[in-house]
Amino acid sequence: MSDAATTRATRSRWLLLAPALAVLVFAASGPLLIVLIYSFLTPGDYGGVVWSLSPDAWFSVVMEQDFFTEEIGFADAHLSIFWRSIKLSLMTALLTFVFGFPTAYFIATRPREKRDIWMLLIIIPFWTNLLIRTFAIMELIRAEGTVNSALLALGIIDEPIQMLFTEFAILLGMAYVYLPLMVLPIYASLERFDFTLVEAGYDLYASRWRVLRKVIFPLAKPGVIAGSILVFVPSLGAYVTPRVLGGGKQLMLGNLIELQFGAGRNWPLGAALSLTLLAIVMVALILYVRAAGNEEVRHG
Amino acid sequence: MIEISEVSKIFTGRGAPFTALDTVSVTIRENEFFTLLGPSGCGKTTLLRVIAGFIDPTSGTVVLDGQDLVRLPPYKRPVNTVFQSYALFPHMTVAQNIAFGLEMLDKPRAEVGKTVDEMLALVRMTEMADRKTSEISGGQQQRVALARALAPRPKVLLLDEPLSALDFKLRKDMQLELKRLQSETGITFVFVTHDQEEALTMSDRIAVMNAGRIRQIGGPRDIYDHPAERFVADFIGDTNFLDVELLSIAGEQATVRLPSGAEAQVRAPGEDVAPGPVTLAVRPEHASLSGGAGAVLPGTLANVVYFGTDTHYHVELEGGGRFVLRQQNQPDQAQTRAVGDAVEVTLAPGVGQVLRD
Repeated sequence: MSDAATTRATRSRWLLLAPALAVLVFAASGPLLIVLIYSFLTPGDYGGVVWSLSPDAWFSVVMEQDFFTEEIGFADAHLSIFWRSIKLSLMTALLTFVFGFPTAYFIATRPREKRDIWMLLIIIPFWTNLLIRTFAIMELIRAEGTVNSALLALGIIDEPIQMLFTEFAILLGMAYVYLPLMVLPIYASLERFDFTLVEAGYDLYASRWRVLRKVIFPLAKPGVIAGSILVFVPSLGAYVTPRVLGGGKQLMLGNLIELQFGAGRNWPLGAALSLTLLAIVMVALILYVRAAGNEEVRHG
Repeated sequence: MIEISEVSKIFTGRGAPFTALDTVSVTIRENEFFTLLGPSGCGKTTLLRVIAGFIDPTSGTVVLDGQDLVRLPPYKRPVNTVFQSYALFPHMTVAQNIAFGLEMLDKPRAEVGKTVDEMLALVRMTEMADRKTSEISGGQQQRVALARALAPRPKVLLLDEPLSALDFKLRKDMQLELKRLQSETGITFVFVTHDQEEALTMSDRIAVMNAGRIRQIGGPRDIYDHPAERFVADFIGDTNFLDVELLSIAGEQATVRLPSGAEAQVRAPGEDVAPGPVTLAVRPEHASLSGGAGAVLPGTLANVVYFGTDTHYHVELEGGGRFVLRQQNQPDQAQTRAVGDAVEVTLAPGVGQVLRD
């Protein structure tokens, strides 16, 4: 090939890559870079940033200086929000797994022509506006809501149970919203599953429970891992659900970040918190994938 | 010993109910290589799955050594299956697959290890113990499936067309291998196949099935030489069917009048058949073109087809009908007969079986 032809080939290759590169640079790396830079700047008085370098934002992610005594300590408020976010996200992943796995299994074992209908039923709520779904849950669990009214009418309780504006409400809301994200990948791995293997398990003296644990579950694991990640990651950054169902009392990371860019007028802190969230997600993913991968190696 | 009595299975779903098994009764003996043979849809796999416990029969009982199996779930039956697709666990190694049944029976670790080693040696897979099941060939997967099913030492091993996915040469080897395993382990084998040759070469006894019923049970020779009815004669090997007149029956002997008018001494059917028009089945290699004692069917040679091991002679019979003979070839044998020659098909005494239908 001549030099000119090589150059032309190289040029056309870059031309074809251009759209993808543009998206990467302008939509992913660029904004991330801006956030990174902002996190090292000084907050402006009415929002925005002042262009003078300062590590204060990063400092105040986890530490704080007492206003009066000037003592330096951990930022308990932030830490408890971190902890709540991680805890609720893990619980959401667990809850969606507990409900999603049987659901996916049920659908995968239906006759082929009926599976699509079941999948559609799972996906339809996903097409509904998030706010509407969240307010629907609010209506269900508020003090005068459907559940409390029913329980009162049946005489099971004497006064309404406080469910709204609790961590339980956030958990319920997130599990409901993210359930399809767990069902879909598990269904995908079970759909390819050869159910003769279940018969082989029964045939070799494995009870139902053992077939589930030793045969079905290990083979559905890639789906479970994918589903857990798909649920955990957005849960960690969830904003609308904790805002509505937590009522501003039970903040999660998303709300804390929003606060810094809004009423808090501390954009650098907001930026630093965003990056912290990103770091948590990355570390969690690496730990999770590594643990899941190791197990695979150990079991064969 | 498995006693299967009056087992029926009727599948009801959308559409008309389908009778997969119609009052099937059969006793399978201890240490027997028993084959269920029939075309697809004849109910042989359904019967196997009833024994395994994957299908509940609509009625009837399956008793294994005095224990009623019908009430037991598959994982409580001392019966193991070799699946048509092998169904090896893809997330386990060869050794882990073989150990699975033993582990589920909660055998001590040392015993599991010892049995797995024995099984690996039995199917000559010792070197492959730590391979993934996706890393071994089809024939090797087959042997692992066998070892896995044999490891818990079941009373009965069920084999669902296990050789159908293998190529011809490998299938031949595995047929001998299966026979060897059966005699070495002393376990009763129930083998399902649609391949008549497989059935004839491997079985102690064969049950020929069609449309949910067992049509005939017997040893391979019995089934081949003395088919009870048209379906069996037709399904196994090649057969000439002659319309003859039954004159008399004396014990196993029957006298029939051939279309040519000659009287022939043939085998009587196993049950009473009234004198009159019946069908006579004659295997192509049992008749002769070279004379000798017996009844004669004259005709003209219509076609001669060379097959290597043997030659097929198609004879147009006088009075209509075609008869095919098969004769084994000798080295450098001169072809003495030509198309158009007048020939005589001779049925020696005892050649030919009167069918019950």
